[in-house]
Amino acid sequence: MKALVWHGTADIRCDSVPDPRIEEDRDAIIKVTSCAICGSDLHLFDHFMPGMKNGDVMGHETMGEVVEVGPGAKHKLKVGERVVIPFTIICGECEQCRRGNFSVCERTNRNKALGDAAFGHTTAGLFGYTHLTGGYQGGQAEYLRVPFADATHIKVPDGIPDDKLLFLSDIFPTGWQGAVQCDIQPTDTVAVWGCGPVGQMAIRSAVLLGAKQVVAIDRLPERLSMAEGAGAVTINFEEESTVERLNELTGGKGPEKCIDAVGLEAHATATIDSMYDRAKQAMMLETDRPHVLREMIYVCRPAGTLSVPGVYGGLLDKIPFGALMNKGLTLRTGQTHVNRWTDDLLRRVLEGQIDPSFVITHRVPLEKGPEMYKTFRDKQDGCIKVMLLPNGASA
Amino acid sequence: MSSLVPKTALPGRSRSMHDEMAAGLGYFSIALGLAELAMPQAIRRAAGIETPDALVRGYGVREIATGVAILTTHDATPWIWARVAGDALDIATVAMAPPGRHGAEGKKTLALGALLAVTAIDLFCASCLNSEKGGRKTARADYRDRSGFPQGQRAARGAARDFETPRDIRGPEALRPQATEGARHPAAPSGEWVVSNSGVR
Repeated sequence: MKALVWHGTADIRCDSVPDPRIEEDRDAIIKVTSCAICGSDLHLFDHFMPGMKNGDVMGHETMGEVVEVGPGAKHKLKVGERVVIPFTIICGECEQCRRGNFSVCERTNRNKALGDAAFGHTTAGLFGYTHLTGGYQGGQAEYLRVPFADATHIKVPDGIPDDKLLFLSDIFPTGWQGAVQCDIQPTDTVAVWGCGPVGQMAIRSAVLLGAKQVVAIDRLPERLSMAEGAGAVTINFEEESTVERLNELTGGKGPEKCIDAVGLEAHATATIDSMYDRAKQAMMLETDRPHVLREMIYVCRPAGTLSVPGVYGGLLDKIPFGALMNKGLTLRTGQTHVNRWTDDLLRRVLEGQIDPSFVITHRVPLEKGPEMYKTFRDKQDGCIKVMLLPNGASA
Repeated sequence: MSSLVPKTALPGRSRSMHDEMAAGLGYFSIALGLAELAMPQAIRRAAGIETPDALVRGYGVREIATGVAILTTHDATPWIWARVAGDALDIATVAMAPPGRHGAEGKKTLALGALLAVTAIDLFCASCLNSEKGGRKTARADYRDRSGFPQGQRAARGAARDFETPRDIRGPEALRPQATEGARHPAAPSGEWVVSNSGVR
């Protein structure tokens, strides 16, 4: 089959690789009808995330049709069913899964020792991500093996285009969880840093959850225009001061709720701390560039909440923890507990409250995927979200 | 959507021929740097100039560092421009250095010619990598018609207020009102404060 394969820093190729097969009792194989490139794939593309190996198949936003089911998954899945695959692999049985903390499933990371070493305790296995999270082959391919498939799936109805359902796999629940973690009140101003795909979903989630005001922060006009489309007030941080404008919009008090939808590759321009981060990163003395975290801590209203759906990988420097502590801020983080939210979100899609396909700017065949990584990373062609179509499928 | 950026990717790959060219320059840089470090006298003689060995070795370290950066970074563009700057330094050094012995003038001219040729290649590569990125001129700026709300923005505002924040995510009841405009804690000098399952009233 064809698949997008990681070969090294900024080197992804569309290769022929062996078809996946059932390896474990609870596996299933799906024929992929559509998949997408995620912002966090770019962290792997640029090799900011450790633990990648030459030959790894990329991709963790995938949906398709079940074509084979292992004996241990037959009670939940049937051949021919249409499923979206969450990016977190879950057993559904461990203590964390039972509590709904699916992204920290205790059993699905088959490289548990690596996860323990890196993070203290293992987190869930992830598709198409680093070997720290299991090194499972990803879904930017014609077929995908789904481990623990009886739990790791979201069944979706026929008759709805893939465009509207695919993002239940990651960015929609990720943006939603980012907003939910803010425990939004009708009086809240919610500021969202980063208007990439997750930021766009967080903005819309905050609107749906009834925030008084949503403020979107980025530097790219096309992304800010998409945020404006949802009714957000926008701040282009290359043209004005984020802190001053946020204070102005909140009567000098700062936003009650702040969402970091940027993560480890912040592109702040010409600030002292961002230059410091870049220098330290170049010397391998710091893995991540946490400009957004610093700014959120600084500008957030005392007793407010910071929510971090943006991905961080390792060691961060110069975090103003004094401000965080003295202002009594609440910090909520985590990879997304996808299945915790998807029944509710699917209902909202079917009821027409939201149509997540608004975010797709590019639809291309799988073979064009490698060059779209570069287009997406370099923000060319107004690229915000790339949908890939394997198997000649049309979404 | 048609592209405004020249498509230069090799078939089925994220890398372009210019990325491959940059990698080639990275290997060349390391090889030249090692030679300068190990055999500074031979390099001087080949270039027909008299300079201290330490200077040649210093340039060798610079070449190796640039080469390693080109080969390991996700974006080689700034490092190829660093090579261009290094080329300028090399040209100035060779041009201003006193000639060595035995037909040194001819060797010096040849060395300058070779340096100019390498500079041209570096410049070409750096410019191509820059143009591949396209810059902000390729941005398509307007997605304001994409609300994502099929029933419109007004209907969407608060449409999910039926959602109940899970208990493990809700702020502790005793702290929630602190961030809620108009709410008063019982310990505050005046005012009523009522907390129910649906929040503060």
